[in-house]
Amino acid sequence: MSSKPDIYTTKRRGRITNMLFTSACFLATMTCIFLLVLLIWNIIIQGKGWLSWEFIERLPSRFPDKAGIKTALWGSIWLISLTAMFSVPLGVGAALYLEEYAPRSRWRKLIQLNIANLAGVPSIVYGILGLGLFVRALQLERSVLSGALTLTLVVLPIIILASQEALRAVPDSIRRSAYALGATRWQTVWYQVLPASLPGIMTGVILSLSRALGEAAPLIAVGAMAYVPFVPERLTDEFTALPIQIFIWTSRPQEDFHHLAAAGILVLLVVLVSMNAIAIFVRHKYGKKIRW
Amino acid sequence: MITTNTGKVLALLSLAIGVSLIGVGCSGGGNNSNGPAAKSAGSEPESSGAGAGDLAGDVKIDGSSTVYPVSEAVAEEFRAVQPKVRVTVGFSGTGGGMKKFIAGEVDICDASRAMKEKEATACKEQGIEYIELSVAFDGLAVIVNPENSWCDCLTVGQLKELWRPESGVKQWKDLDPKWPAEDIKLYGPGTDSGTFDYFTEAIVGESKASRADYTASEDDNVLVTGVSEDKNSLGYFGFAYYEENKDKLKLLGVDGGEGCKKPSLETVRNNSYAPLSRPLFIYVRKSALERPEVVAFVKFYLENAAALSKDVGYVPVSDEVQKANMEAFNGATSK
Repeated sequence: MSSKPDIYTTKRRGRITNMLFTSACFLATMTCIFLLVLLIWNIIIQGKGWLSWEFIERLPSRFPDKAGIKTALWGSIWLISLTAMFSVPLGVGAALYLEEYAPRSRWRKLIQLNIANLAGVPSIVYGILGLGLFVRALQLERSVLSGALTLTLVVLPIIILASQEALRAVPDSIRRSAYALGATRWQTVWYQVLPASLPGIMTGVILSLSRALGEAAPLIAVGAMAYVPFVPERLTDEFTALPIQIFIWTSRPQEDFHHLAAAGILVLLVVLVSMNAIAIFVRHKYGKKIRW
Repeated sequence: MITTNTGKVLALLSLAIGVSLIGVGCSGGGNNSNGPAAKSAGSEPESSGAGAGDLAGDVKIDGSSTVYPVSEAVAEEFRAVQPKVRVTVGFSGTGGGMKKFIAGEVDICDASRAMKEKEATACKEQGIEYIELSVAFDGLAVIVNPENSWCDCLTVGQLKELWRPESGVKQWKDLDPKWPAEDIKLYGPGTDSGTFDYFTEAIVGESKASRADYTASEDDNVLVTGVSEDKNSLGYFGFAYYEENKDKLKLLGVDGGEGCKKPSLETVRNNSYAPLSRPLFIYVRKSALERPEVVAFVKFYLENAAALSKDVGYVPVSDEVQKANMEAFNGATSK
């Protein structure tokens, strides 16, 4: 008999805890959204008068009303394209090996642990590595190629981890059915596992490339230049990139350059949002059709 | 289900990579014709090649962030004359620029001080010959908050007392008993900057010897904001940045033994604003002067440094220095 009120109090207490926790979570969400809206609003107010087609087409200048972001924008496009070309095959390949082929040994565990750690290494460290390895040792100079290779180092661990996660999400029954039907390992991976995990892999790839797009520190370490009045034409050309250009503009004393920086941030945001949009599109379009 | 989609999904992946490739192709495509042309024109033995706009090639500059605005301005104006010559300018600091200059990675090093003996020796060891050209004067401004009504001038002795390592000066009255008993908030450039080297050498008497309890930033803008928002603050940085923020700051005079002098175009140029004005240099690698685009650029630099350094808040060099520059330049190119 005495157990009845106990259940009620427990229930009530549970309800109160539940309410408190819900509102705490709601508050946390609202704080994040508020800060984000504030930030974006602030940038739009500062940069909106300066954003125009000419701004995207003009070369850098010491006069704020003549300055544009063309070389930085193209520099970033070069970097991201090259980084994608280097990091996607390497990253997906490594993930495939680790998930599908590597024997579950202590050796594999060690590699796995190191990749997870590398994903957390600050990007400036990769920048210094890039300076020593690509710029100095391999004599690639302060080129767009060195920059892209350095960014590849930055995103590679993240791409590997994301791809592994996607591969792991493919149910083992798929692999077993393939084997049961007489497929070889190659056929199983290429025709079943890889396509099934592709939406997940693509999402990971695009999100990590978005991160690379926003990186300034490793590029400055590798030696991106401050004043670059031309779009890179060859792999060996010098370069600048959007985050670097924004950084340079914010550190100028003249107020007008701060507005230019805000306009630059808007350009960077547009590029980032469209990359993320592609990721969402891929997930929706191809994620839905795969039914197990 | 999966197999029917395989083609589509793979097509999408290749499309994504294809788009990236197109991105590269586009930016390269439009200008590809320049690529090989640039190389061949660069190696053509052509004399200083004035005005025609027919030169091509790369000129790489790095070094002092103090000289950067001048080099950037010259590079920008030079584009109008020789649009195919690609001049890049960086600002990794005088020390950083020197390292790259010694490694042969850049053609020209911007410097806000004369080359150190150690650096000169390193150049010799690497077989790098160079010429030194003085392109402008820079004054350092000592600044306080505009609401500071008590202080108009400091002697070099007072500044040294204030900024030396382990300085005991905490309040304004420690500098002059007539001044208020308020804590002085200090602002200055970070220890990597040439301005810091220069100030400590000129005021304290030893390079890099400074008290450490001040707000340091490589970004002069942070210093401007800091001083302009605090009544009891004091800071120092390049005269160029004072000119840009005149309305937010109050300029102090400095007494180097011959009375109180405020920095201005005149006092910096005639050296009467001592010891806080200094010459700015560019160092040009002699082997780079074998390339016509570098010759044309340096010539253009010397011809226009006067007007452009004035634009960015520095003081142009005197006619005598200009003459010495031209002699050094002609000496290096006539061989």
